[in-house]
Amino acid sequence: MIKAEQKPIDEILRYLVPHNKILLAGCGACVTVCHAGGEKEVGLLASGLRMARMKIGKKIEVLEATPARQCEPEFASELTETIERVEAVISIACGVGVQTLARHFAMIPVFPGVNTTFMGETVSHGFWEERCQACGNCILEKTGGICPIARCAKQLFNGPCGGSSKGKCEIKREADCAWQLIYDRLKNLGQLYKLEEVIPAKRWGVESRDSGPRRIVREDLKV
Amino acid sequence: MKAGSNLEKILEKRIFAVTGELGPPKGNDVNVIKRKAEFLKGYVDAINITDNQTAIVRMSSIATSSILIQMELEPVMQMTTRDRNRIAIQSDVFGATALGIKNMLCLTGDHHTFGNQVDSKNVHDLDSIQLIDCVRTLRDQGTLLGGEEKIEGEVKLLIGAAENPFADPFEFRAIRLGKKVAAGADFIQTQCIYDMNRFKEWMKMVRDRGLHEKVHILAGVTPLKSGGMARYMAKNVSGIIIPDEIIDRVVKAKKPAEEGIKICVEQIQELREIEGVRGVHIMAIEWEQMVSKITEMAGLLPRPKVE
Repeated sequence: MIKAEQKPIDEILRYLVPHNKILLAGCGACVTVCHAGGEKEVGLLASGLRMARMKIGKKIEVLEATPARQCEPEFASELTETIERVEAVISIACGVGVQTLARHFAMIPVFPGVNTTFMGETVSHGFWEERCQACGNCILEKTGGICPIARCAKQLFNGPCGGSSKGKCEIKREADCAWQLIYDRLKNLGQLYKLEEVIPAKRWGVESRDSGPRRIVREDLKV
Repeated sequence: MKAGSNLEKILEKRIFAVTGELGPPKGNDVNVIKRKAEFLKGYVDAINITDNQTAIVRMSSIATSSILIQMELEPVMQMTTRDRNRIAIQSDVFGATALGIKNMLCLTGDHHTFGNQVDSKNVHDLDSIQLIDCVRTLRDQGTLLGGEEKIEGEVKLLIGAAENPFADPFEFRAIRLGKKVAAGADFIQTQCIYDMNRFKEWMKMVRDRGLHEKVHILAGVTPLKSGGMARYMAKNVSGIIIPDEIIDRVVKAKKPAEEGIKICVEQIQELREIEGVRGVHIMAIEWEQMVSKITEMAGLLPRPKVE
């Protein structure tokens, strides 16, 4: 799922300098799971903002809402009544949620309250790591279910660089070398032959976001 | 002949090849290149020109290589995929060959966060193996990567690649060499060798796959200047293994630099005896003045003139 981290409160307060009544909008999906933008975080951040503004004698009214999924138009429109009563919105959903609100509410500024960081897995409680870059043409079949595009610092398609040492990456010594993981797994699966294939240059320009935002249009689902 | 370079002729004649390395200046001071190049002239068959090694901004490999050609020396232009997409790569290959460059080493490159532009965006449009394939396509098909379009002129390059037998996973290293050969590498230069047992084990895997008959392997060596350097490299540089007995020899020596040279010469002599090793690549980092002594002591002089 999408992972995010809350921005420093001072940065959020700077966005809010001209405003005295805002909506703080969380999201019930990904950012709830990673404890960055769910209902609980909305409550905590709202209190923090109120106290900070109280301290400098510039009281702020913070309304709170956490729709199930901020990135879906029907959930965004649930907020219409509330948003019409405020001067600005802080969204602590991912960057998609922020943009969904911005698209729906043309006259109200919408500011991000989190930094959206990556699509990742919960490795253990309180520890998330990137797993997918949505590159548009999945090669996990060739690499034993471990993605070198998301997990190798050089995005190598054909094996580890010279900086793979004792299972770790030279760039982040705490990080596993993706190609060591791939090697170990293919060895366990008896599929080392898959490593002999030269994987040709990826078509970034067609498959990835290098041609602007990608779209999926499903005629069978249109209404 | 694929490129007609001096290095290619030496390798094709099965003469034990010697290559050196020159790091361009951190600016445009041509005197730095000339000073280093003079140290190497006559002692090596070709000189690798690094491409912003360790991601420190330096004069471009192409420009430095071109200056070497003006000095009647033969460069091996290194190129990394870190800083160029396939448009820039192919454009630079056209420019480099037009300037008379005949050897090219295809690399992924040190990660940009090791250097002095840590906020840059790394490219890695291709990896090193895809780069080899790209250059071979330009040379042998006369077309651009992924296209039918014929190029104007001919790209004549001897294609090199690197391999590091001291990085992990060890068992994958020979497989990976095989991929580089399949992609089109004509010669290989290895990471600097100190752990001779591991290198020999790797060479055995290379021979078992028959790769030593398909590609010219040049064994990399770097003379150790001091005990401090040996300890630092062993501890901090991933993909370099220095056995304790070598560190001890340098640390305990009365004249560590001389001992470092002596070890390097012994290594070259040992490497020469290994089946499938076709030459040596001497990386005397900021110590180019020692290459004459090393090659002399190792009995590699005079360098042959081949036609």
